[in-house]
Amino acid sequence: MNVIDTIRGIGHRIINAVWRIGVAARFFFLTIIYSGNSFRRFQLIVRELFSSGVMSLIIIVVAGLFVGMVLGLQGYETLKRYGSESALGVMVALGLVRELGPVMAALLFASRAGSAMTAEIGLMKATEQISAMEMMAVNPIARIVAPRFWAGVISMPLLAALFSAVGIFGGYLVGVVQIGVDEGSFWSQMQAAVDFREDVLNGVIKSLVFGTVVTLIALFEGFDAPPTAEGVSGATTRTVVTSSLAILMLDFVLTAIMFRGA
Amino acid sequence: MPPSALVEIRDLNFTYDKRPVLQGINMTFPRGKLVAIMGLSGCGKTTLLRHIGGALKPNKGYVRMDGQVMHELDQDELYAIRRKMGMLFQFGALFTDMSVYDNVAFQMREHTDLPEDLIHSLVIMKLNAVGLRGAQDMMPSELSGGMARRVALARTVALDPMLIMYDEPFAGLDPISLSVIGDLIRRLNDALGATSIIVTHDIQESLKIVDYVYFMASGVIVAEGTPDELRASQTDFVRQFMHGEMDGPVPFHYPGAEYRQDLNLRA
Repeated sequence: MNVIDTIRGIGHRIINAVWRIGVAARFFFLTIIYSGNSFRRFQLIVRELFSSGVMSLIIIVVAGLFVGMVLGLQGYETLKRYGSESALGVMVALGLVRELGPVMAALLFASRAGSAMTAEIGLMKATEQISAMEMMAVNPIARIVAPRFWAGVISMPLLAALFSAVGIFGGYLVGVVQIGVDEGSFWSQMQAAVDFREDVLNGVIKSLVFGTVVTLIALFEGFDAPPTAEGVSGATTRTVVTSSLAILMLDFVLTAIMFRGA
Repeated sequence: MPPSALVEIRDLNFTYDKRPVLQGINMTFPRGKLVAIMGLSGCGKTTLLRHIGGALKPNKGYVRMDGQVMHELDQDELYAIRRKMGMLFQFGALFTDMSVYDNVAFQMREHTDLPEDLIHSLVIMKLNAVGLRGAQDMMPSELSGGMARRVALARTVALDPMLIMYDEPFAGLDPISLSVIGDLIRRLNDALGATSIIVTHDIQESLKIVDYVYFMASGVIVAEGTPDELRASQTDFVRQFMHGEMDGPVPFHYPGAEYRQDLNLRA
């Protein structure tokens, strides 16, 4: 009897999870369908670009600098063993542009901007602002969700690029300025080895995918949150956890597709 | 069917989770009138309001607004008819990320192509009507409860709706704000030539301003009449409600096991 209950419980959870994925997919399509208004009134997107993109600048710059500095330090220690310190620039740049830039920026974006989006929309729902908007014959997906979605999709690649650029500067500070790797070979080897299509463009594609996924999860969790204090706090937590896991798993999949045998 | 009715509800039934919330509701809201729906918390008043707004679909019966049956409309038609309605939510539901001015201007910007200077004049006029012209640059978090309710009222009537719905407009207000809001509801209704529906349990304040009252209990209408008829009413329920008596047709005790049994006493 107990076994049957357990199996039933598991089945119930799986059905619920699949059902939620379906609701999220429908939410995604509705967001795309109702996006026209956001582009006709672009200042709606600009406002959200400010609150999610610009407000994330400090955390991205500081984190990027330190990650780059660590890469410079660790990379030098390893490369020195093989006498190839001059390739430090290549290592730092490839590591950042291909992987760490998009992934770290997306993780930071999820915890800084994603959680804020979920909490904001969840509270709007709890205080009946979403119902009020519907009663005013304004579609909340078109007015609230779509501008935030596009702001996230647009700002993510820019933040990732900034993260990589600052990170490379951090690697330069440690590798060249502090340790004394030859400056000429640091930059020239980097320039020769980093391919625009193969490395930079693939990094941009990654960050576009991450931006879409993180923003969508954040908005869906907010919109789907039970309109109570516990509901909103639970949804905010789920946003950070789910989007972090999604970023890391998708990163593996994308890397496997993009850099296989390269 | 009297042609003067803006909203008609006929035999409305609604069930939630197999629990009947509304049963056979019949109501008529004549144009230009202020009608109150009163009852205890949880008697289905707000659910009824959501049916009138088209947010819920009935299991049986219909709500007809201005000649159209609400639950038969598709999304575009529903949005079109909602433009003729305004709804004041219980705690105002102001958009917390916008200033008072932008809150009132919201529908004008969303639904019309009016130039910004015309919108400015309209917003100032609406805010003046509720006495809060001086608060136009404040954010909703800086307002007191009564002020927030008045801003929400200005926003509700921003596009001069035919039908204004109020969900507990008096809840949680001090006595001065209470009569200010009550007076505003009456004056706005008459000035706009609108029809108003007030869902409330504040008996004293609403009897002063409304034209007709429906009393609801457990999803059915138990009494109706003009304020004078109700004041003279000898019905038990109406008397208990009007005078706030503890016991009567509505029992003080929520149904449960025998008192002695809950105390673990043996007979």
